[in-house]
Amino acid sequence: MLNAQAIVSGQQFWHLPRNASLHGRSLDQHLLLNLWIALALLTLAHFILLVGLAVRRRAHRPIHKLTLEYLPLAALTVLFAFLAIRAQRLWAAQRYTGADLAAMQVEVTGMQFAWYFRYPGKDATFGQTKLALADAPAGNPLGIDPKDSYGTDDIVSSQLVLPANREVDLTLRAQDVIHGFAVPEMRLKQNAVPGQTAHIHFTPTTPGTYAILCTQLCGLGHYRMQATMLVLPPEKFAAWLATREAQAGAR
Amino acid sequence: MAPTITPPEIDRRRPPGDIRENDNGSGRRPPTDKRTGGNGEGDNWNDRPQGRRGPRERLSQVRVGVFFGLFAVLMFFIAIVSAFFVTKSNGHFDAYSRYINDWLPTAIPSILWLNTAVLIVSSASAELARRSMFQEQDVMDEWLGLGRPTSRRATLWLSITLALGIVFLSGQVVAWKQLAAQQRYRGNPSSHFFYLITYAHAAHLLIGVGALVAALVGLHRSRRMLTRQILVDATVWYWHAMGVLWLLLFALLEFGQ
Amino acid sequence: MRVMHHRAVGLGYIAISVVAVLLGTVLSLLMRLHLSWPAWKLPLHGLILPEEYLALVTMHGTIMLFFVLTVAPQSGFGNLILPAQIGSRKMAFPRLNAASMYLTAVALAVLVAAFFVPQGAPISGWTAYPPLSASPLAGPGQGDGMDVWLAAIVMFAVASTASGINTLTTIVKLRAEGMTWERLPLTVWGWFTAALLSVLAFSVLMAAIVMLLCDRHLHTGFFLPAQDLINGVMLGHTGDSSPLLWLHLFWFFGHPEVYIAILPGMGLTSMVLANFARRKVFAYRLMIATTLLIGFLGILVWGHHMFVAGLNPFAGSAFAISTMAIALPASAKVLSWLATVWRSRPQLTTPMLFALGFVSLFVAGGLTGPILAQPILDEYLHNTFFVVAHFHLIMAMAGIFGLCCATYYWFPLIFRRQLSEPLGKVHFGLTIFGAYSTFLPMHLTGLAGEPRQYAQLNGIAGPGTALLQTTTPLQLHITFSALFLACAQLPFLYNVLRTALLPPTAVENPWNATTMEWAPNALEETSPEPLMAYRGPCQYSDDAATFIAQWQPDEASTPHLE
Ligand code: HEA
Ligand code: HEA
Ligand code: CUA
Ligand SMILES: [Cu+2]
Repeated sequence: MLNAQAIVSGQQFWHLPRNASLHGRSLDQHLLLNLWIALALLTLAHFILLVGLAVRRRAHRPIHKLTLEYLPLAALTVLFAFLAIRAQRLWAAQRYTGADLAAMQVEVTGMQFAWYFRYPGKDATFGQTKLALADAPAGNPLGIDPKDSYGTDDIVSSQLVLPANREVDLTLRAQDVIHGFAVPEMRLKQNAVPGQTAHIHFTPTTPGTYAILCTQLCGLGHYRMQATMLVLPPEKFAAWLATREAQAGAR
Repeated sequence: MAPTITPPEIDRRRPPGDIRENDNGSGRRPPTDKRTGGNGEGDNWNDRPQGRRGPRERLSQVRVGVFFGLFAVLMFFIAIVSAFFVTKSNGHFDAYSRYINDWLPTAIPSILWLNTAVLIVSSASAELARRSMFQEQDVMDEWLGLGRPTSRRATLWLSITLALGIVFLSGQVVAWKQLAAQQRYRGNPSSHFFYLITYAHAAHLLIGVGALVAALVGLHRSRRMLTRQILVDATVWYWHAMGVLWLLLFALLEFGQ
Repeated sequence: MRVMHHRAVGLGYIAISVVAVLLGTVLSLLMRLHLSWPAWKLPLHGLILPEEYLALVTMHGTIMLFFVLTVAPQSGFGNLILPAQIGSRKMAFPRLNAASMYLTAVALAVLVAAFFVPQGAPISGWTAYPPLSASPLAGPGQGDGMDVWLAAIVMFAVASTASGINTLTTIVKLRAEGMTWERLPLTVWGWFTAALLSVLAFSVLMAAIVMLLCDRHLHTGFFLPAQDLINGVMLGHTGDSSPLLWLHLFWFFGHPEVYIAILPGMGLTSMVLANFARRKVFAYRLMIATTLLIGFLGILVWGHHMFVAGLNPFAGSAFAISTMAIALPASAKVLSWLATVWRSRPQLTTPMLFALGFVSLFVAGGLTGPILAQPILDEYLHNTFFVVAHFHLIMAMAGIFGLCCATYYWFPLIFRRQLSEPLGKVHFGLTIFGAYSTFLPMHLTGLAGEPRQYAQLNGIAGPGTALLQTTTPLQLHITFSALFLACAQLPFLYNVLRTALLPPTAVENPWNATTMEWAPNALEETSPEPLMAYRGPCQYSDDAATFIAQWQPDEASTPHLE
């Protein structure tokens, strides 16, 4: 799957996986810009070092501090400031505001060593969970309170199924220790910390199957705490949701 | 080509015969430099060879060491106090999406006021001990071996400090017992912090008690006047620091909850 | 009571770090072998289980960072060289000094003992995030192993604080006559700043560990949420806090800690480059200022380890800015190094080569720092091998190059024997090649999305394997390179052992160095002649032909007033 644009921008050179999210494009561009600049500075520094060593005629001091130290330093300041501001813009766009109100709500819960995904069901409201009720073998890993009517139609899945091109608002939780929710192809990463909730929103653009990895050391099964994100075209997603809702209703 | 060299400060200093600066012509002062270091211009004891930086060279070294040590202790407590404030403002959402902050300010046993007063007095007696070690006349006598007037006085004051320190620690134990008797604060984060802070301070004060004992033993045993001065001086500075630290921590526990 | 001499203490510290580096290297090779051949059976042991892999990672990081890169440059070479370099014949508190060294040795022994307690060493990484580190329920090794680990770190922290106090007092109080602050060699400035950071940071770590121990054994909840369900068991603690509190306290310590590891190396690099380039360090005062500035800024940047850990996004922006700011004093240092050697026709001796290697690795590893410092990029790169590449180049490899440089440079001073230069050059060539060959490709595997601390990189059912499989060839290459890199240290080992057995040769100041430790009587334990500094370090004539050492009085030349 060699994408011409990816080769031009160096995605292949840097081994970046393909990107399947809306914000990922600008993130990639900024990342690649950074990488090329770092490579250029690395080369330049080594070039200066090696040339300085190779030239056989000894230069006479004094060399001017201004030209050798402060001017390059000023240039680097401008460069780093430019990168920082550019990154800051992207960060603000992604994190400073919450998700759109129409965004799809999914709750993600991490526990040693699995991810569970909960959809609010027909009533668009998550039921309450109680940690004391959580019992995976009994089919209620999240501890959904059976007394809460909002919870009865909730859908719990071990696969994150999402429609393409619709914004998703993920609510991240953890039951036991800190876990890291990461989807490399969505350019997404956020830790799930027990006792608190974190929100992260994004828009998947390309239908396909993507890996969800745990990226915070959480115990001996950390490496296998992986799940699948399935991005479907909207119609197919609607069909999937309908079957799951029907199943939940039958319960 | 000869290298360019900055002449060392040693050489830039006035040669001994040069009396320009000191001699104001009044004839009252001898034309020798009697300044005793500190930060007098061009004359700093640190620019003299080691071992010749004045009679209190070793003492000032120890003081610097104690100062850096106290800085480390301070950072230890700063870390705990910041955790205190963070936890105090921390809450969580319960199952019904209500925001819960179950920080229940611990009512501080009032005996702590008494303890604080005791500690302040102990600091005062410690300071008297320290000052008595540096009273010139007596120090001279003692240094010459004509009895031990300063050490005797310091022993007295230090013993009082030690006794008061033990009173303080016992008072803390009473406070812990009183608090433990109050079921209400069982297992509340605020009481955890109360215990953590007071225990940590008590542990540090216990080190101070050890130092006091060591100083008392040293006052008896040590043959060098300077050693005795150092022992008392370092111990007392540490003791003062623990006193001031306690005032801050106590203010935090009493008013900052 | 006979007081241990500071050079004996220094050698003791070096011995500790040599034991530690051997151990840490073996652990890293086991990690590499397991990553590339998960089915490989360790002789006498069998398969490396996932929890054993994590124990290897944890112990490798702890041993290397604490017992190698904190002990050897700061305490080891600090004790060996620092007093002489400031013209003193002792450290301020010799007894405390020896006690710190013994406590460090005990700490290492206790740490290693964690392998042998029931259920083995802890598996929560060198950062020990709770709740994973707060309860034995969370995994094997998190019971006794974790307690042993915490005990070892507390001992280490106490020893390092004491040693920092000692270093600071020595520098403040025991400088020789004429050794003003501005004349201090940059190595001393490095030690000074690192000691300041030690005193500041280790206390915070200790406070955090005390609280963690309370959570583990006294049912408090300093770092635990109101309810926590681990392995089907509700933790029986009271309290309502957040694991993030630990992260803050830990990284407030952790970031200064990595600068403690590198600052002495930076100072040494400056001095060695100047020495062999026969020039003054370019912009000497600015180098002093940047050393202090790096130390100061280093206190303000801890949040860059937490961009995606649940930190408020605004706080993320603030930490991003303070972190980017630290790139500037670092760049100023790089520029000074480049300017110092620029067209100087330096003598390419082994210490000089390692100092140049330090510059190269510092730039290579440092340039990825500002990339990680941008939260939006860290969102992709956090906890991938890209980070592992970053810190192995700048910390592990640059730090080790600093140590090698120090060893080659000061060996003649301490042992009155010179290490073989040809062997040293071979060692340098192989090591720099091995270092880049091992750690450059890690950037690529990280960019490909590969997470760190994975006991097994693929073979798990699901799309993860498809993603991570792409890096298998690179990983194999990294493993071979790591083996090569470790073997590249054999010439060094041979060189040291061989030279140690040779009879001493009277090499006095073989590098024509100008700093005080090379003064003829600097290393004598007692000498009626006090040491005196008559000028700053690095005084060379323009044509590099002559130099004037710090200890030489200058009747010969005409002094100019500046
Ligand atoms: C100083 C620090 C240091 C050093 C030197 C090293 C050296 C090496 N490290 Fe290490 N590493 C860490 C610090 C270090 N590491 C840390 C902190 C972590 C993170 C742990 C965590 O996640 O919790 C880590 C993690 C880590 C990982 C990631 C594991 C994972 O997350 O899954 C890997 C994987 O390849 C690795 C490999 C290696 C290799 C192959 C070397 C090789 O370079 C080893 C070869 C050895 C040498 C080249 C040293 C020779 C030294 C001398 C010759 C000097 C002797 C002189 C004197 C003592 C005077 N390391
Ligand atoms: C010695 C150790 C050391 C040093 C010096 C540094 C230096 C820096 N580090 Fe690093 N870092 C670590 C050790 C170190 N780091 C470790 C151990 C971790 C992982 C911890 C863990 O999770 O286990 C880490 C992780 C880490 C992270 C978190 C990554 C993550 O977990 O997601 C970040 C993020 O901001 C970061 C940033 C920086 C920056 C900006 C610097 C800056 O100081 C770098 C400054 C240097 C430069 C900027 C290069 C200057 C040169 C030039 C600019 C060239 C000039 C060019 C010409 C003249 C042409 N580091
Ligand atoms: Cu969950 Cu790692
Ligand atoms: Cu950092």
